[in-house]
Amino acid sequence: MITVDDLRVRFGETEAVKGVSFAVPEGSSFGIVGESGSGKSTVLRALSGLNDDWTGRMTVKGQVLAPNRGKDFFRRVQMVFQDPYGSLHPRQTVDRALSEPLLVHGIGDADARIARALAEVALPPAARFRYPHQLSGGQRQRVAIARGLMAEPEVLLLDEPTSALDVSVQAEVLNLLADLQQRRGLTYVMVSHNLAVVAHLCPMIGVMQGGEMVEILSGEDLRAGRTTHPHTTELRALSTELEEA
Amino acid sequence: MSTTTLRDWLLTDTPSSRAQAAWGRRYRLWCDFRANPLAMAGLIVTVLLIAVSLLAPWLATHDPGAQNLANRLARPSAAHWLGTDELGRDIYSRVLYGGRVTLGMVVAVVVLVAPLGLAVGCIAGYVGGVADRVLMRVTDVFLAFPRLILALAFVAAIKPGVTSAIAAIALTAWPPYARLARAETMMIRSSDYIAAVRLTGAAKARIILRHVAPMCLGSLIVRVTLDMSSIILTAASLGFLGMGAQPPSPEWGAMIATARRFILDQWWVPTIPGIAIFVASLAFNLLGDGLRDVLDPKQR
Repeated sequence: MITVDDLRVRFGETEAVKGVSFAVPEGSSFGIVGESGSGKSTVLRALSGLNDDWTGRMTVKGQVLAPNRGKDFFRRVQMVFQDPYGSLHPRQTVDRALSEPLLVHGIGDADARIARALAEVALPPAARFRYPHQLSGGQRQRVAIARGLMAEPEVLLLDEPTSALDVSVQAEVLNLLADLQQRRGLTYVMVSHNLAVVAHLCPMIGVMQGGEMVEILSGEDLRAGRTTHPHTTELRALSTELEEA
Repeated sequence: MSTTTLRDWLLTDTPSSRAQAAWGRRYRLWCDFRANPLAMAGLIVTVLLIAVSLLAPWLATHDPGAQNLANRLARPSAAHWLGTDELGRDIYSRVLYGGRVTLGMVVAVVVLVAPLGLAVGCIAGYVGGVADRVLMRVTDVFLAFPRLILALAFVAAIKPGVTSAIAAIALTAWPPYARLARAETMMIRSSDYIAAVRLTGAAKARIILRHVAPMCLGSLIVRVTLDMSSIILTAASLGFLGMGAQPPSPEWGAMIATARRFILDQWWVPTIPGIAIFVASLAFNLLGDGLRDVLDPKQR
């Protein structure tokens, strides 16, 4: 479904992503973990088309991606951002935020679609005409997920979708994402610094350090501690320490 | 009873339409604004001034152009509430009609300038690159001239009058708005919510118009209201220098200019339009301050 081959992104003098390659089969999830500044979000932004200054080769469903994407690309690939407090327009109601993709893509039947989308992410119909500041963090992230799904994409890019939420809400949102994936056959690429979150959702996980993908391993191997690269071992040790503490 | 249900409808946590949500938001802003007595005073005085100017034909006691040389420079009296000027014209009526000219000029300038500044700033800020550089250098060129001098030169080059004064002030007033809108846009364009709109595949024009510009509007409105007093002063200065409204048209600045000879002996003749300018400027400033407290996104 998605292949990324030798992706490189520079910001001025520094190379933020140094030749990253991975592949994600259809209907599956791929997790990218790493410390802050390891380039994991940059990979996602290049893949989503938000950053058009990259070299390498990326394909989605066999189609090679150009730096500038057409409308049909954005119908197929959508993204959910890390901070639900920043990713919703503060002056637009939930209804407006959800109708925007429909208007852009000329999809009709907005009223029923919005009602269905709210139900799908388990938001009450009463939330439909609220502004983002009237919603909790978890509700906002549900709105952001609903917005991503409005144009019925096949791929959802998740940029730390739970790290701005508190722990009880994190689990809810992760379960929602898992549900949606099953129901709709979505393909996920998820970035996180939280190994537990990624291991929960993704069968395959790439570990990034300093702009390079140092190891790709399965979620089972990660849980069992069958790591080969010292950085992965270190990250794993840190996260289990945190859990025990 | 009906007022409480309207209040409930506006303040509900679960609006049932976009319009209700939007009105609810506006009503909350209004509640914040109402809590500020100085801002309310500014608003009331501004509304009063505009109403009085619009109703001038009914409120005036005399024809503002009617001369009576036998009764020139008269003190305030029952017949002429604020006295008469050097041609025996009723000052009260002239101040009322003058409000139409002066405030009309302010409104015309704002209507011309605010959309232009907003458009230039948003496009420069959002599109960036060559467009940004070209638009901002043009803005810099206009900013480099002292405001009144450029307006004077412009009016002098074409024929003095209200229309050319409006054009001249508009010409010199838009660059700060463009700057402001650009600065706001630069901040907004890198936000996640604009990234999310870009990911819908929307065209640039749509993003600027529907998502970026509404966010710039708040601070622009505040800036415009605060600037209105300086527009009044520029209009009055042009009038004072004989480059604005031409006699016998009753413009506040021109009224002071023609009456300045009498400032020591018949002080009320230049003072009364001066008070009008002062009250209007102060009211706009108070209103602008109040609006800033309510609308400025950084304070919310």
